[in-house]
Amino acid sequence: MLKTKFRFLLLLIFLLIPTPVFAMHIMEGFLPVKWVIFWDIVTIPFLLLGFAQLKKEAAAGPGAKLMLAFAGAFIFVLSALKMPSVTGSCSHPTGTGLAALLFGPFITTVLGFIVLIFQALLLAHGGITTLGANTFSMAVAGPLLAYGIYKGLTKAGVNKNISIFLAAMLGDLVTYIVTSVQLALAFPGNSFGLSVLKFMGIFALTQIPLAISEGILTVLTYNFLSRYEDAKIWVEKGEH
Amino acid sequence: MKTFTNIILIILVVALIAVPMFLVKGEFSGADDLASQVIEKQDPAYKPWFSPIWEPPSGEIESFLFALQAALGAGVVGFYLGYLKGKKEGKNVNRNLGLSNSFKEN
Repeated sequence: MLKTKFRFLLLLIFLLIPTPVFAMHIMEGFLPVKWVIFWDIVTIPFLLLGFAQLKKEAAAGPGAKLMLAFAGAFIFVLSALKMPSVTGSCSHPTGTGLAALLFGPFITTVLGFIVLIFQALLLAHGGITTLGANTFSMAVAGPLLAYGIYKGLTKAGVNKNISIFLAAMLGDLVTYIVTSVQLALAFPGNSFGLSVLKFMGIFALTQIPLAISEGILTVLTYNFLSRYEDAKIWVEKGEH
Repeated sequence: MKTFTNIILIILVVALIAVPMFLVKGEFSGADDLASQVIEKQDPAYKPWFSPIWEPPSGEIESFLFALQAALGAGVVGFYLGYLKGKKEGKNVNRNLGLSNSFKEN
């Protein structure tokens, strides 16, 4: 009991101290080799599955290619925008929720992977050695959760807009939670739990307003798409 | 959704960004330093074993590349949304003129 209270207190302290935050991805060289290999191995099956699905999807015609480019571009825009947050530091949204709703989680893995390569090579943001881990958090865990939440909520009869909002918002948030866990696994210090809290203190609170923004933007974009016949195939696919 | 709701939502997004920008006093750095500081505390012996192959030579170049990323993305997003709208309107025009729908097959 005392221990949980102590942990909660620590969490509060970490959350309330305004601290500069590194954007999102794990920096180049900041994961020990064994974890680099571990996350690469975990991520590769998702990527392969994604590439296979992407090939099928793209073969569906020029409309599909345009929609794929659109979903990828949405991730490109949102993950380039470093926004200020209530903690007095900056972070950026992921943009992967929309693609997950349109194409499912695995194609989104490929789209996110492409963005991460661009940022690692040209922006020194993230890294090649940490690419597997970063792809897992942003392009596997986030989209999977977003997709699952959307499916679950719509099946349960929840309002469509609320389902989209929660899916995109929580998909964004979980990306950062997974990053915290990845760092804590690699650098547990004395206690893994405390370590997770420390890294979440850096990420989570900053991310909350950004995740809400991403949720709203996803709802607006999704609704805009649903007004057009040409986009209906994908917009409706998410609803079955 | 109604236009009114959409406008409210857009204002909300702007507010979520603007309020911290104007009301919160902070450094607003996206400093990679802090995480590396925490890592240093957790495991003082750890040395990053790989450094970026290429780094933007200055903050200006870095913001250029980030702006480029956003611009490329926004360009494609705008192109597609305009394409959807134009195609729909083209169909309507054809229907009104009583022409056969040449866009239908796409």
